[in-house]
Amino acid sequence: MSRRAVLGIAFALVAIAAAWVLFVGLPRWYSARRAASVDAAASAALPQPAASAVRKITATLYYVTEDGMSLTPAQREVPFAAAVTDQARAIVEAQLAPAVPLVSAIPPDTKLREVFVTERGDAFVDLSGEVASKHPGGSLDEIFTVYTIVNALTVNLPAIKRVQILVDGKEVDTLAGHVDLRHPLAKSLDWVIHDTH
Amino acid sequence: MKPLVAAFAAALCLLTVALPAQQSAALPYTVVTRDAKRPLAARTINGQEMFALDDLARLFNLSVREDAAAASLTISAGGQTVLLSTQQPLASVGGRMTSLPAAPAREGRTWYVPVDFVSRVLAAISATKIDLRKPSRLLLVGDVRMPRVAVRVEGLGAQSRVTLDVAPPTGHAVSQEPGRVVVRFEADALDAPDLRANTTTDLVTGVHLGDTAQSVAIDVTPRLGSFRATDQPGPAGATRIVIDLLPQTEAAPQTPTPQQPQQPARPQAPDTPPLLDLPPAGGLRTIVIDPGHGGDDSGARGTQGTLEKTVTLAVARRLKATIEARLGTRVLLTHDGDQTVGLDQRAAVANNNKADLFISLHASASVRPAVAGAQVFYLGLEGYGEAAQRAVQAPRDALPVLGGGTREIEIIPWEMAQARYIDQSAAFARAVEAALRDRVPMSPRALQQAPLRVLVGVNMPAVLVELGFLTNAQQEQQLLADDHQSVLAQALVDGIMRYRAGAGGTR
Repeated sequence: MSRRAVLGIAFALVAIAAAWVLFVGLPRWYSARRAASVDAAASAALPQPAASAVRKITATLYYVTEDGMSLTPAQREVPFAAAVTDQARAIVEAQLAPAVPLVSAIPPDTKLREVFVTERGDAFVDLSGEVASKHPGGSLDEIFTVYTIVNALTVNLPAIKRVQILVDGKEVDTLAGHVDLRHPLAKSLDWVIHDTH
Repeated sequence: MKPLVAAFAAALCLLTVALPAQQSAALPYTVVTRDAKRPLAARTINGQEMFALDDLARLFNLSVREDAAAASLTISAGGQTVLLSTQQPLASVGGRMTSLPAAPAREGRTWYVPVDFVSRVLAAISATKIDLRKPSRLLLVGDVRMPRVAVRVEGLGAQSRVTLDVAPPTGHAVSQEPGRVVVRFEADALDAPDLRANTTTDLVTGVHLGDTAQSVAIDVTPRLGSFRATDQPGPAGATRIVIDLLPQTEAAPQTPTPQQPQQPARPQAPDTPPLLDLPPAGGLRTIVIDPGHGGDDSGARGTQGTLEKTVTLAVARRLKATIEARLGTRVLLTHDGDQTVGLDQRAAVANNNKADLFISLHASASVRPAVAGAQVFYLGLEGYGEAAQRAVQAPRDALPVLGGGTREIEIIPWEMAQARYIDQSAAFARAVEAALRDRVPMSPRALQQAPLRVLVGVNMPAVLVELGFLTNAQQEQQLLADDHQSVLAQALVDGIMRYRAGAGGTR
C-alpha cells in the first residue's frame, strides 16, 4: 500500500517537472535563443530595455520600403503578455515607436489610447488624433498606414481576425479621405513585399 | 441718432453673417402651362439649386405646415400628403421614402427645397402632369406638348443637310417658303433654348425659331432649288428629321451630284456631339467627376505648398470641358468650388443623376519624396467580408403594395452599391490605366484594388485616379502646369473612350 503511495507521489512529481519544462522552461530557453539571433541592425534600431528578466516575444512589424511602394516586414522584440488584449497593446505600442532608420507609415506622435478585442476576434485599436491630422494624405500611404496596424495584429496574433481603427475613441469614415474604416478589416498581404528572412 | 444707425448697421452685419454661407440667385425657371408662361425664381444654396417652398405652394396650391419638434414639413396637395425632413435629404411620399439631393434650407422664414423636389415628390402626388426639364430650365405643368428640338447643319458638297432631333416624336410638316424652309410641329411650344445653326453653308445661312412658337425656320440662300425631308428613328426614341437641301442646277434636281458620294452622316465632323442630351445607343449619357477633397479638407500638401484640392478641381474642370467637347456627354462635378463635401454626398450626386461612370480625381503623397507616377484604383471588397457577398447576390424581396398585390424589389445596402460593378469598374480602371500610360509617367503600382470609401456607395462603374505625387517636387510642378493638366484630361477621355469601345475589357 505504502509502496503504491510512494510510486504515485513520484509519478506526480515527474509529471509536474515535465509540465514545467514543457510549458515554462522550454519557451523561456527558446525565446532567449530567438532574442540572441535577432540581427544586429534590428537591435541597433530598437534599443532593448536593460531588464533582461522581462519576457519577450518576437513580433513582425511593418515599415515602408525604400521605394515607397510596399510595406516590408521586420522582426522585433516586444514584451510578452498573457492576455491577447495586453499582447495586442504591446505590439501596437512597438509599431508606433520610432524605428530609425526604418520609415513608418503611421504619422509621428500618434499615440495608442486603447485596444479592445471582442470574442469574435475583432480588435478595436483606438489611436490619438495625430494619426489623421498629421497624415500626409494620398491613397497609397493611407492604405499603408491602415494595413500596418491591421497586419501587425492579425499576423502576430492568430486570435485576432479583423481590426478596426478608431480615432480619439470614435469610429471614423477614413483617416485622410480614402480607406474605408467603418468596418473591421481583415489581414491583407497584398501591400507587403515577401519576407526575405 | 448716430448710435441708432450704428446699432442698425451692426444688426445688419450680424444678419448677413448668420445667413448660410454659399447662396446666390440662380437663373429663373420658366413655368409653362397650356395658356401661360411665367418665371419661377431659383437660387443656389450650398451648391444646390433650390425653389422657395412658398412659390411652389402658390403655384401648385399646396398647404405647408412645419412641425419643429419632429423636424419635418408636412405638405398637402389635393388630399395627398408628403412628409419632408428638414434635416435630412429625405421625403416620405405615401409611406415610401424618396431621396433628394439635399435637405431643405431655411432662410429667414422661408424654406427652400431642391429643384428635384418638384420632379421626385410633387410630380408623384400631383393630379396634373409635372415635367421638370433642368437643362432648359423649364417646368411644364399640365398636358403641355413641348418637344425638345436640337439641330445640326452640314455641308455635303453642293448640297446641305439639316438634321433635327425631336423628343418625344411629334407630328410635323416641312414646307418651302420664300427665303426659307419651315418645319411646323404639332405642339404647344418647342423646348429649344439654344437652337441655332452650328455652321453656315452655301445654301443655309441660319436656323432659328419660326414666327410661331411651334416652328423652326431654316434661312436659305436664293441658290436653293428643292429639298427632300425624311423621318428616321433617332437615338433613344427621338425622331430624327433629315432635310436635304439641293441647289438649283441645270441638270435634273433629283439626281444627286455625281462627284459627291451621297453618303449620309458626318464625313467632316468626326466628333459631332449628339444633338439632344439623350443616351445614344449603348453610349454614355452622364459622367460624374469627383474632384477629391475641398473646403476644410485640403487633402495632400506638396513640398512647395500646393494643395491637393486645388489640383483636383482644376483637372476636374478641364476634364469636364474636354469630355463635353470630345464626347458630347453630360458631365457633372460633385462640387464646382472650394467646398467641403462628404464622401457619401459625392456618391449621391452620381447615383441621383443616374450617371454611367464615376471618376474621383486625387493627387497623392508619400513619406518617400522620390515616389512618383499616376495610379488608378477601383474598389477591393476583401475588407468587407460577408456584407459584400450579400450585396453581390442582391436578394429579391416581394413587398406588399398599397391597394393589394406585391412588387418585387432588389434590396442593396446603399453603402455596398459598388459591389455589383466590380468587374465593370475593373475594366474601366484598366482602360483608364492604359490610356494614362500612353501619355504620363505611371507608378509601379499603377492599377490597384483597395477598400476606398468614396467608391463603395457608387451605383455604377467607378474609379479613383491618383494623378501624381505632390510630395515629389518635379511632379508637383507638373500637376500645376496647364499643359500637363490638359494632357491628363485628354488621357482620361481616351480612357473613357477605350472603356466605351470595350477595349478595356481585354488585356
